Amino acid sequence: MKFLRKNDLIMLAFALVLFAVLQGLITGRVLSAFWQFNLLIVGINVIMAVSLNLINGYTGQFSLGHAGFMAVGAYIAVICTANFHVPFLLALLAGGAAAGFIGFLIGLPTLRLQGDYLAIATLGLGEIIRIVIMNIDYVGGAAGFKGIPHNTNFAWVFFIMLFALFFIKNFVNSNHGRACLAIRENEIAAEAMGVNTTKYKVMAFTIGAAFAGVAGGLFAHCFYIINPSSFTFMQSFNYLIMVVLGGLGSITGSIAGAFVVTFISAALASWPEFRMIIYALALIALMMKRPQGLFGYMELTNASIFDKIFRRGRA
Amino acid sequence: MAELLKAENVSEVFGGLKAVSDFNFYINRGELVGLIGPNGAGKTTAFNLFTGVYMPTTGDITFDGKSIVGLKPYQITKRGIARTFQNIRLFSELSVLDNVKIAYHTNLKYNLVESVFRIGRYFREEEETEEEARKLLKIFHLEDKADEQAKNLPYGAQRRLEIARALATKPKLLLLDEPAAGMNPQETKELMDMIQWIRKEFGLTVLLIEHDMSLVMGICERIYVLEYGMIIAEGTPVEIQKNPEVIRAYLGGED
Repeated sequence: MKFLRKNDLIMLAFALVLFAVLQGLITGRVLSAFWQFNLLIVGINVIMAVSLNLINGYTGQFSLGHAGFMAVGAYIAVICTANFHVPFLLALLAGGAAAGFIGFLIGLPTLRLQGDYLAIATLGLGEIIRIVIMNIDYVGGAAGFKGIPHNTNFAWVFFIMLFALFFIKNFVNSNHGRACLAIRENEIAAEAMGVNTTKYKVMAFTIGAAFAGVAGGLFAHCFYIINPSSFTFMQSFNYLIMVVLGGLGSITGSIAGAFVVTFISAALASWPEFRMIIYALALIALMMKRPQGLFGYMELTNASIFDKIFRRGRA
Repeated sequence: MAELLKAENVSEVFGGLKAVSDFNFYINRGELVGLIGPNGAGKTTAFNLFTGVYMPTTGDITFDGKSIVGLKPYQITKRGIARTFQNIRLFSELSVLDNVKIAYHTNLKYNLVESVFRIGRYFREEEETEEEARKLLKIFHLEDKADEQAKNLPYGAQRRLEIARALATKPKLLLLDEPAAGMNPQETKELMDMIQWIRKEFGLTVLLIEHDMSLVMGICERIYVLEYGMIIAEGTPVEIQKNPEVIRAYLGGED
């Protein structure tokens, strides 16, 4: 078990080096403003994909309303910073807590549903959240919320993303995470093994929603103005694509999925008419060749990477 | 000897169908009891009533002196009843080891914060779980397969894994639903020995549903016979084999 701790440290060191390199590229102005912005979006999307994966991939509850929770977090966070001048971190936490709370309230009744029914219910609830926000004048309604301080920078996104990955990785590898996996695999057997299935479904849903809320706060503070149309069903669907592309039930998969999807859409920004076609083709090809996603259930850990490098080195 | 599990006048009605009626049943601490009967007699329904999957329409079920009617399955597991399933229900995409580890769920006490930050009881309890799970796998000759996906195990091994997993919940009463289904005579023989061994080793009370008469008559101390949801006979294997009602139920006879 000490080995595990050492592995965590190696991972952390790797992350810090990566951060230093990317931050260097940003401060050195090697990356254009466009790619700097997309780097922020990648980080936010990683948080979104990993948190959705906790619900869809690990617990097996097909949720399609993730953008709704993001919207809750975004609006609560901007109200805190723009109207009440709350420090950024506290605003993000408030957004996360609010989204988690809404997730809890929604999860309690809807998680009794299964499969398609749950997907439809969460899709509907995500839309309801968006439409409710659209009709609240206090946050600008459909015109959007103006005057958001530009607080999000690469360091914020990177370290919150790192925390989200750390949190969800450790959660999944614990007794609680195993309970979630058991629910995905066989709900009746999970219950017979002493797992309170309702509790763990709601727990996974709440944690996922809370991280989506934090990501929403980060997202909102990239802009001067946000409006409800940023959080439509299409956005939820986008996160689902990242998760499925990377592999349901793989954290590294979700990271890869978020990267691939974000960069494809950024690279195709000048040809928006082709974007959805290429998306669709990529997904069809993937589902035919690798239905389990890029990573399936596998994780890319530093142990496995080093293993490969050293074995290759000796051979 | 005290009764561990007792059902009094239990009936279960699905619409117009009486799946189980006037079910009176008891099992003493330490006993090994069989529940037999033709297909559709209500044996699995009885298991589902004992484990909280169904709620009895009427009657009362007590376990360890307390009523368990209305408890959820996971709460009943906590009280000390574990089961296997007639149609195997493993966590098939997970490793064999994880299948067993999940069953320690209620015995692990560390909370969410401890698991996320890996502090407090996390490492100690996880290490203990791993050790115990591997010990259990060894008993069931599955230790070499610990890292394999459960779905890749051969059929007999999957059945053994289900029993191992049920034992990991640390039960007082073990319910086995057709443990020998699909096994050849040699495997059945090994299973019989194993059931008797784990019963002694873990101090268990065992109730099993089985169609394989060599197994039932060979190891059960007492047998209940169900037909059309009613208990038609109860007694030792010798008594059951001579019982005219049982012979009629299994072989048919003139009315």
